[in-house]
Amino acid sequence: MNEFLRPIGVLLWKDILIELRSRDLVVSLLVFGLVVVVVFNFALNATPELVTEVTPGILWVAFAFAGVLAMNRAFVREKEEGGLDGLLLSPISRDSIFFGKAAASFIFMLLVEAVLLPIFAGLLNFSPASFTLILTIVLATLGFSVVGTLFSAISVQTRSREILLPVLFFPVILPVLVGAVESTKQALGGDTVVGLGHWLPLLGAFDALFLVICHWIFSIVVEE
Amino acid sequence: MAGTEEIQQPTSEIAFQSKFRWSDMIRVDGRINLRGCLLLVTGILMLVNLYMIFMVAPTDAVLGHVQRIFYFHVPLAIVSFVAFLAVFIASIAYVFRRETKWDNLAHASAEIGVVFITLALVTGMIWAKPVWNAWWLWTPRLTTTLILWLIYVAYLMIRSYAPSPSKAAIYGAAMGIIGFADVVVVYFSVQWWPGIHPTPVVGPLADTGSLDGTMRSVLLFSMLTFLALLTYLIMERMALQDTVDQLRGIRFSLRRAARQDAIPGD
Amino acid sequence: MVAPSSNLGASAPAPTSGEAIVVRGLEKSFGEWPVLWNLDLTVGWGELVALFGANGVGKTTLLRILSTQAKPDAGSIQVAGFGLSKNAQTIRRRVGVVAHQTFLYEDLSCRENLVHYGRLYGLEDPRNRAEEALLQLGLSNRADSRVRTLSNGMQKRLSIARAILHRPQILILDEPEAGLDRESIAVLRSLLEEWTDAGLSVIMTTHDLDLGLSWARRAAVLSGGRIRFPAADEYMDGAQVRELVASALEPSR
Repeated sequence: MNEFLRPIGVLLWKDILIELRSRDLVVSLLVFGLVVVVVFNFALNATPELVTEVTPGILWVAFAFAGVLAMNRAFVREKEEGGLDGLLLSPISRDSIFFGKAAASFIFMLLVEAVLLPIFAGLLNFSPASFTLILTIVLATLGFSVVGTLFSAISVQTRSREILLPVLFFPVILPVLVGAVESTKQALGGDTVVGLGHWLPLLGAFDALFLVICHWIFSIVVEE
Repeated sequence: MAGTEEIQQPTSEIAFQSKFRWSDMIRVDGRINLRGCLLLVTGILMLVNLYMIFMVAPTDAVLGHVQRIFYFHVPLAIVSFVAFLAVFIASIAYVFRRETKWDNLAHASAEIGVVFITLALVTGMIWAKPVWNAWWLWTPRLTTTLILWLIYVAYLMIRSYAPSPSKAAIYGAAMGIIGFADVVVVYFSVQWWPGIHPTPVVGPLADTGSLDGTMRSVLLFSMLTFLALLTYLIMERMALQDTVDQLRGIRFSLRRAARQDAIPGD
Repeated sequence: MVAPSSNLGASAPAPTSGEAIVVRGLEKSFGEWPVLWNLDLTVGWGELVALFGANGVGKTTLLRILSTQAKPDAGSIQVAGFGLSKNAQTIRRRVGVVAHQTFLYEDLSCRENLVHYGRLYGLEDPRNRAEEALLQLGLSNRADSRVRTLSNGMQKRLSIARAILHRPQILILDEPEAGLDRESIAVLRSLLEEWTDAGLSVIMTTHDLDLGLSWARRAAVLSGGRIRFPAADEYMDGAQVRELVASALEPSR
């Protein structure tokens, strides 16, 4: 098999296997996502009219925070018994490590979102069956996992790693978050302001840009 | 004690200057003191700038005197953007060259840039209160600036939390590059963001046509002044870092000598 | 304990020429803390070098540099005949590392861990190789247990199995005896003897003077940032080496 893709598959399979064994990540993220929605409902004291207004926001806050937790967990798990050192010691390209970890985070987050979305749809009373919405979720999650993988690789090496990851992650990811929220608004048939059609291509452009930059910087950062 | 001689040498190189002489600002040891000259120039520029802002610039017909904060607010914001551009360029140079001077430049620019953008945010809020009757509005421009602030505060945090100086440098470079790329994306994406667009007065996408001729001249002069101030502060910060590095070097060789001396039978 | 079946000689391409590890003028510091400097070290093929030194003297740092996990500040380093700066990936294939951490995933079984690493190294038949390594370290009966359920000594053994999995030419061991019981130490010793007999090399750190001196063909002492071999003569008599090592290990500041 291809020398570049094979190690990515190996890493991905390892993470899936660990997740199948422990089930700690996906289950806790699901519960966490639900908690976020419930907390928001109380905090905003949401009336039915308000709910439609803030639904995209609640949805993406839940996904983004769950995403940060997932990223953090993905690398803390590697760090616990030195697995990250083991990875870096192995003769696979650093790019493969980056894409392997990013792919694992991407898949786990999509899984969590796939389960949460119908639940949210029921709780917040919207229809999840929208192509735009699903494409938005896929693109935004890709951006999350690419940026998050780089920053968790950095933050896991520092002290106070749990704090540092969100501090690094959120400012950088904000364009994705804005794009996702606006695009979701459109998908849910909210505002129909001219120009909202820009958001999906913008998400795609962001993903492409950060895929290039992050994987380049990742190899430099982990080799240091 | 074989190490004693070589330890004393670097200490004597840093001459302690007890007396300040004005001529040192221009020339030190027969060489032009670039930093000193820039300090002089910046100082004069700032005095002139104050005069321009408060005496030359006309009072705004609608907003009154409070509008004069505009001559601080806008240059601070733009110059901080220049500082972050410097962080970006220096970070890329550091990644490719791995020379400490690039990292020092990036670090110094980021620190000064954060100070400037903080001042820009504060002056903006002071201006916003009487004009918009609110300290803060979530407009695209303000949000972009706040994101910028967050990114470069994160830059400084990542550096101070890094486990070693070389890691701090490379993590900083990573943040310096991604942060700037992000800022560009944010800058253009907010143009499409629905919301209140306050008429952009300056900036790459700005429309300066509404400005009175004198006002524009004062603004440009103020920008020049703050650019000089930025350059001077960055140079000063880098010189400070040089001194810190020298001191570290001395401590380094002392520690090394101490450990070497402790070995019997060498 | 069953003596491990010998399949080392057939596995690794027997290196013939040059030295296993050559280090010249190595320097490494952490910020303003000097750790290693003027460090020269040579490890020949078929040698087992035991590295002694007080705590914090840089033993682990040296091993991390040799295994490409840390970057040196200066100096030339050759591992298995390859320059460290240019050929990190080649060197990674040729060294096996046992560190303080096991590099194992606690939620996977012993076998799954080894198969995973085997795949990472691109082994032709990772499953078979994993079985061999498990057998060699006497872990076959625990192959399907999760690492989490293993005792520390067992985990360490598995970590050794992981290190030899891809048939490296040089083993880099950081206190491999720590946490091992007598039986495991005996397994490790016979493994290392077989290893060096096959012309492969080992560099290890240890705090156990007796163990290190009886296993090693050469002892090295790390102090004051560099390696101090016992005199020029490689094979000093035991008492002299012991004295030198002991004096270097005394707390000194």
